[in-house]
Formats: sequence, C-alpha cells, structure tokens
Amino acid sequence: MGRAMRDVFGETVSDLADGDPRIVVLDGDLASSTKADIFQERHPQRFFQMGIAEQNMMGVAAGLATMGFKPFISTFVSFAVVRPLDQIRVLIAQPRLPVRITAGYAGLFTGMAGKTHQIVDDIAIMRAMPQLVTVSPADEVEARQVLAVAADHDEGPIYIRLVRDPTQRLFDDDYRFVLGRAVVLRQGSDVTLMSTGTQTPRVMDAAEILEAHGIDAHVLHIPTIKPLDEAAIVTAAERTGLVVTVEEHTVLGGLGGAVAEVLSEHSPQRVRRIGIQDTYGESAPNDALLEKFGLSAPRVAAQVQSMMTLVPA
Amino acid sequence: MTKDIQRLREFARRARVEIVKAIDHAKGGHLGGPLSAADLLTALYFQELRIRPDEPDWPDRDRFILSKGHSSIGLYAVMALRGYFPTQELLTFDATDSRLQGHPDMTRLPGLDMSTGSLGMGISAALGIALGAKFDGRAVRAYVMLGDGECQEGEVWEAAHVAQRYQLDNLVAIIDHNKLQQYGWQGATASERLAPYHGTELLDRWSAFGWHVIQIDGHDMAAIVGAFDQAREVQGKPVALLAHTVKGKGVSFMEDRYFWHTRIIKPDEFAQAMHELGEPAEQGSTGSAEPVTAGARP
Repeated sequence: MGRAMRDVFGETVSDLADGDPRIVVLDGDLASSTKADIFQERHPQRFFQMGIAEQNMMGVAAGLATMGFKPFISTFVSFAVVRPLDQIRVLIAQPRLPVRITAGYAGLFTGMAGKTHQIVDDIAIMRAMPQLVTVSPADEVEARQVLAVAADHDEGPIYIRLVRDPTQRLFDDDYRFVLGRAVVLRQGSDVTLMSTGTQTPRVMDAAEILEAHGIDAHVLHIPTIKPLDEAAIVTAAERTGLVVTVEEHTVLGGLGGAVAEVLSEHSPQRVRRIGIQDTYGESAPNDALLEKFGLSAPRVAAQVQSMMTLVPA
Repeated sequence: MTKDIQRLREFARRARVEIVKAIDHAKGGHLGGPLSAADLLTALYFQELRIRPDEPDWPDRDRFILSKGHSSIGLYAVMALRGYFPTQELLTFDATDSRLQGHPDMTRLPGLDMSTGSLGMGISAALGIALGAKFDGRAVRAYVMLGDGECQEGEVWEAAHVAQRYQLDNLVAIIDHNKLQQYGWQGATASERLAPYHGTELLDRWSAFGWHVIQIDGHDMAAIVGAFDQAREVQGKPVALLAHTVKGKGVSFMEDRYFWHTRIIKPDEFAQAMHELGEPAEQGSTGSAEPVTAGARP
C-alpha cells in the first residue's frame, strides 16, 4: 500500500505554501479528517476555519480569489460538491475564479460513514459544469503533482478528488502529471481498459490477471476528466476495438459516459462500462465495498473476461 | 440640506429616470427593487466608495457586491452616471451580447466586483474580500447589498456567523428592507402581501448574530451618508445597515405594490413615471445624460 492521499494533501499544500505566500486553506470543520490540520500547524495564519457552512465557504473562497489569494477548499467530496453546488456554479465557475476545490473522501472509502459521505456521481456532476477543470489522481505521487499544478492554475477553478485511505502506489517519483493528458500504462492488443483515480492501480492488477488468462490488455489512465484527452482515448480505442471503462463512480455520466461521448463522435467502438450501477453506497469495510460493487482487481478481470466472450472480436 | 446632499439626491433622481427608461426599452425587467435601492446605490458610488471609474480594477478600491443581483439595472444606472460607461449603453440592458446582463456578470463589465444572481451568495464573497483585505493589512472595505426577502436564504446566516467570528469591521451589509418580495405570503386579501420580515425581526436577527446594526430611512440621503460615516467608526464587528425603503420608490403607482417587482411599462405609465421623476418624456430614449465624474471620497 502507498500513502493516503489525505496525508499527502496536508503535507503538499503546506510545502507549496512555504514557497507561495498567497496560498490559503479554508476548512469546513473537517481538518482532522482531511488532514488540512497539517496546514494549520505549519501555516496557522493562512488557515481559515469556516465552520460547518459550506455554501458560505465557497463564496468566501471566491472573494479571496478576487483579492489575489490562492484558496484551497478542504472538506469531504459530499460537502464540497453537491451541497454548495449552486455557489460553485455562480460564484466560482461562471466568473472563472481560481478556487482550488480539493475534496477528500472521494469514492467509496469514507471510514464506513456510508451513503451520505459517498458521492458516487461527483465526476458526472463536475465535468458537466462549464469552465470547471476536473482531476482524479491515481495515487500519492500523482496527487502531489496535481496539487502543485493546481497551485499555479490561476486561469480558473479546478476540482480535485482525493481519497481518504492508503491506496496502491502506481507511479515512480519521477512521474510527471500533465493537466489534460492521459497516460498509457500498459501496451496491449485485445482490449483497452480506461480508468481514472485510485481505480487505476486495481485495473493494472486486473490486467495482470487477464494476461494469465491469455488476454492482452491495453491500459489508459485518465487523471484529467476535463479537459479530456480525446486524442489519447481515440488512439487507444482504435488499437483494440473493444473499450472497457472502469471507475469507482456511477456508470452514469462519469468516465464511462465521457469516453462513450468521445468515441461515438470520433471513432465508434464498442464501449462497456464497469462501475457502480444506478444505486448508492453503504457502510462497509473498503475491501468489501470493492467486492460488492465489482471494483476489486479479480472482479474487474472477471467482468472483462465475460465481456470478451460475449463480444465477438 | 447641504449642497452635497442636494447633489446626491439629484443623481438618485437621474438614476431612477435611467432605470425606468432602460426597463421600458428592454420591455421588461425588475423595477421595484432597483427603485427602492436607488438612493443607497447613489450614496455608495458618489460618496462612500473609494473607487476610480476610469481605473475600475484599481487594486486598492473598495468593493461593492450587489447580492440582490436582480436589481442590476439600478447598479448599472448609477455606475453609468458615475462614469464607468456611457448612459446610452443602458439601452443595451438584457440585449444579446450586452455587458449589462440581467444579473451582474463580472467577466463582462469592468467595475463589477462579483457575479451574482442566485440569492444569498454575495455576502459570502464580500466576506472573503473583507477577510483578504484584513489579512493583507489593506484599507479596502467590502460593501454588499441584500434584499430583505433575500435574508430568507440560509447562506446569509452562515456568512453572518462567520463574519462575526472574524470581527470583520471592514464589511458592511446594506439591507434594502422594502418590505416586499416577489410574491411572498398573502395577507388579508389577494392583492395584499405580507412583508418578508415584520417589525423588528430583521434588526433582532442581525443583532443576535453579533453585527452592529444601524437603522435608517433608506431614502433620506443625509441619513444614508451619516450611517456610512458611522459604520466606519465601528470596531471589531461587521456592520448591518438596515435601510427601511419603499419598493418602487419615486413612481407613485409602483410604490409598495408587489406586482411591480417585474413588469412591462405601458406608454401612459411611462409618461406618468417620467413626469413624477421630473423628466420630460422622450419615448424610448435615454436622452443625452452625460457621464458624470463627481468629486467623491478621494
């Protein structure tokens, strides 16, 4: 296991703030969970407690951005996306203010908090919002890089989804994240697996399992949901014909939806979507959740195998 | 009455004329709220705010946010008279590609300090500005105008609580307490609507949230100017300027009538409104009012 993104978040933003006096963090009373508390320890003057009032927090960040600050908002995805959605739309996205919405507790891992704290549709919601950049890093290395890119992203708002618990490490320290660029992680010829966020390391494991079954999988990691790397998606899809998207997110409108949109317009290929169906999450241990929603590496591999037997090559 | 107050009153009168002409020309739009806010907006832009209309993004300017964004034409009229843009441009209000959007859009019109339109939000942005100014040790003050009906939005009270926590005495919330909202609660008869807040309810609420509340007649220019001066002296608390106003103020048949919140003006009504506002009726034209750069606060 690699390190938890939340720890990386607290450290990285603090490190960035060492060299950038305009970085400030706004907390919605969850700093001890999101690890924004690390920032408060290191930069107490630049840590603003906003209380349990997320709508106001978005507006305050917008105001600070107009005064030349670089606000990082820290709370859970559920309280950073859906609760203050209209504030994000009107005060941040419409005026294109450079607010960094760095939301913790993305996906299913919420310390068993369950349905209210698991937002299964944040990618769908945020990618549909005009003028909002949306990024879903895969591991601690990429999260660190994404946060650094966000600190210098002054041309508009950016939404970053971070995961609570330790997840598998995917990248070496010399990996370089580029906003808007997808990454080929594995070359293959039978099927293209496309994934985002911390699902990608599990997809890489699934590719290993598939290889043992004689299936040669190509893997494309798509950390930036918007702007989407359409060229990379088309190239990877044309390589194998069959595309399977995998995401720790609903299959409705998320990565799978985005990929299907691109391919149906530019290079029609068969696309199958693995992810959470039209339902909500629940309280359970992380591994149990991945099993239940078909997102563990063995479950992903099994689903891909079954798709390949059903779909003539 | 001093000469300064007379001058402000004249600008407020002209602002009302421009509001009615622009809404008449656009064949629809909000009237009641802009007219109730006209005196307050005039006092802000011609007296209170440290601004440079010829340098709208001057970093050390005071900020103003119209949280009740549907009163945008009132803000535009005052900004035009103050010299931000020609008054003729007011005729583009609501037109395709206009800088003067139905609700303020800071990406289109220089001089707007925030985009607004969804109620309850402007105060949070003003809070962020006030907080940032304090952090940087700058003399910038943040002003935000809310409607009384707008105070029904929960975000207003989230902001009220946090502003008090940070003791933001560089934040002034002006509440246009015109006692009517778009539709509201019905009174004894179908045409009678109840006020969003009764009696001292708004005063009590802002006071309970730890704000320094100043109550004034929002159409008494001397009182408005005096209240802004008083607000500058307050320390350690944000200031709520509770301005008692009349919706549709200045045009008798629009006053206190909720259905003039938005309405198309008929020709005879337009002539009557111009007459009451002391302006010769020039149908469909804003006349030749020149932008004025007045000697406001340096």
